[in-house]
Amino acid sequence: MKLAKDTWLIFQRQMMLVLRNPVWLIVGIIQPLYYLFLFGPLFKGALQLPSAAAYQLFVPGILVQLAIFGTFFVGFALISELRAGVIERSRVTPVSRLALLLGRSLRDVVTLMVQAAIITVLSVPFGLTAELTSVLLAFAVLALIALMLSALSYGVALKLRSEDALAPLLNTIGIPILLLSGILLPMNHAPAWLKDVSEWNPFSWAVDATRALFAGNPGDPSVWKALTILAALTVVCVGWAARSFAKSVR
Amino acid sequence: MIETKGLRKSFRARKGTVEAVRGVDLTVRDGEIFGFLGPNGAGKTTTLRMLATLIVPDGGDALIAGADLRRSPGEVRRRIGYVAQGGSTWDTVTAREELVLQARFYGIAKSTARARAAAAIDAFQLSEFADRKCQTYSGGQRRRVDIALGVIHQPRVVFLDEPTTGLDPQSRAHMWDEVRRLREEGMTVFITTHYLEEADALCDRIAIMDYGQIVAEGTPDELKREVAGDVVTVGVNGAAPKAEGLLGGEGYVRKLESSDGGLRLYVDEGATAIPQILRTLDGAGVALASIELHRPSLDDVFLTKTGRSLRES
Repeated sequence: MKLAKDTWLIFQRQMMLVLRNPVWLIVGIIQPLYYLFLFGPLFKGALQLPSAAAYQLFVPGILVQLAIFGTFFVGFALISELRAGVIERSRVTPVSRLALLLGRSLRDVVTLMVQAAIITVLSVPFGLTAELTSVLLAFAVLALIALMLSALSYGVALKLRSEDALAPLLNTIGIPILLLSGILLPMNHAPAWLKDVSEWNPFSWAVDATRALFAGNPGDPSVWKALTILAALTVVCVGWAARSFAKSVR
Repeated sequence: MIETKGLRKSFRARKGTVEAVRGVDLTVRDGEIFGFLGPNGAGKTTTLRMLATLIVPDGGDALIAGADLRRSPGEVRRRIGYVAQGGSTWDTVTAREELVLQARFYGIAKSTARARAAAAIDAFQLSEFADRKCQTYSGGQRRRVDIALGVIHQPRVVFLDEPTTGLDPQSRAHMWDEVRRLREEGMTVFITTHYLEEADALCDRIAIMDYGQIVAEGTPDELKREVAGDVVTVGVNGAAPKAEGLLGGEGYVRKLESSDGGLRLYVDEGATAIPQILRTLDGAGVALASIELHRPSLDDVFLTKTGRSLRES
């Protein structure tokens, strides 16, 4: 009860900050639009697919990419908050430690959902078709990614406490995750060894699942597998980050 | 109000461990302004952060406003306020929004939180800028907002970490008034500073910390008296030997030295010693050229206790 109340309190505050300065919300929408307009036609041509089929493959990819890169870097904002003393000011109060994390991560999930919805709707004129229930399941996959990565990003930011250390680390992890997930091109075009490596990338499962859902196959095994893997990883990441929040570092 | 025993904390650094706080025993009484004085790096902030539940002590115990620091930090949090050195506001929100949020962190309902924020804006004279964004505030305004945030839940004890560092003299005087007002409202104020004048003028009692330990504790006057007493310098125009003979036997004179053309007398309290000195010399017909009272400063106390001057360290 207290956890829910405190989480809501932090969420409201964070949401207010986003709405007051929505630059990053808008940037988050514009970037996938670039992919949609400037890379989509190339993708379609390269794979020699009809429009609907091409965008059913392509849009899930850019949605997962948005989920990863829209939330993986949220730790930077936390470092600013740490520096301003805002975090310490909340830590001397009885406010729930887990809520300090969950309220922020919830903000990240909600902004991602808004961005993803806009991208999805804007893809319809390109020929994207999908069933609503499948899309909702796909959004659940995206929400899990967002929750996991924002918690991870906050946890790492709390440990490093410096943008100079955070940026190279996140890029070093983020780029291979992107390349090994089949976001830009489906992994079945990859040589066997690369495909084997990508099997170990949970986001590769997420991309497969989202594609299956947009293709209208909610029964595809990749869907439940992705949901299970992502849910487990999310629990681990949130648990670890929450502990970092509770524990005092310096 | 605060009682600590053997509070310890060390940090791992590149070159082995640093013992930041090595056994602090303190007693802070109900309703006093307690000053925590010491050079930078003495362990003041670490001690304060331990008492404010921000870092967990390696050893020792503390009872704060009746709550046990080790066993129930949550209860301590409810009863204390803490104002950090580096500020605590976010640039793109207003002081009023920050005050409401902070009150709600303590579980205060929304409408009550709004009323509390309005009252704090009045009490700390923030109304002129409370609805502007925090990024537009001056250093002094920011600091007042920080303090208002720290006491929004009306705690019994408030910890202020160097609240006047970096402020201009006028803002500093204003801050002193705020601190005194908090005490009048019944709060116990625990304040760290490295300004001797501030500790002297503002605090009811002080503790001096150096290298992670308390080296002295008491009222500013007690500490000064304990160290040196007052010094009265008397100029007697060549009658020094006679004056020395007259005053040397007086009970209130602790020590006597002759300096060029006069005498230095070490006494417990200069204010009562001076009339006696005047009477004795006058009675014996010694003409007095000058008389001067030097009261020891807290720097003298620090010098005696640590072997170096606070101003140099």
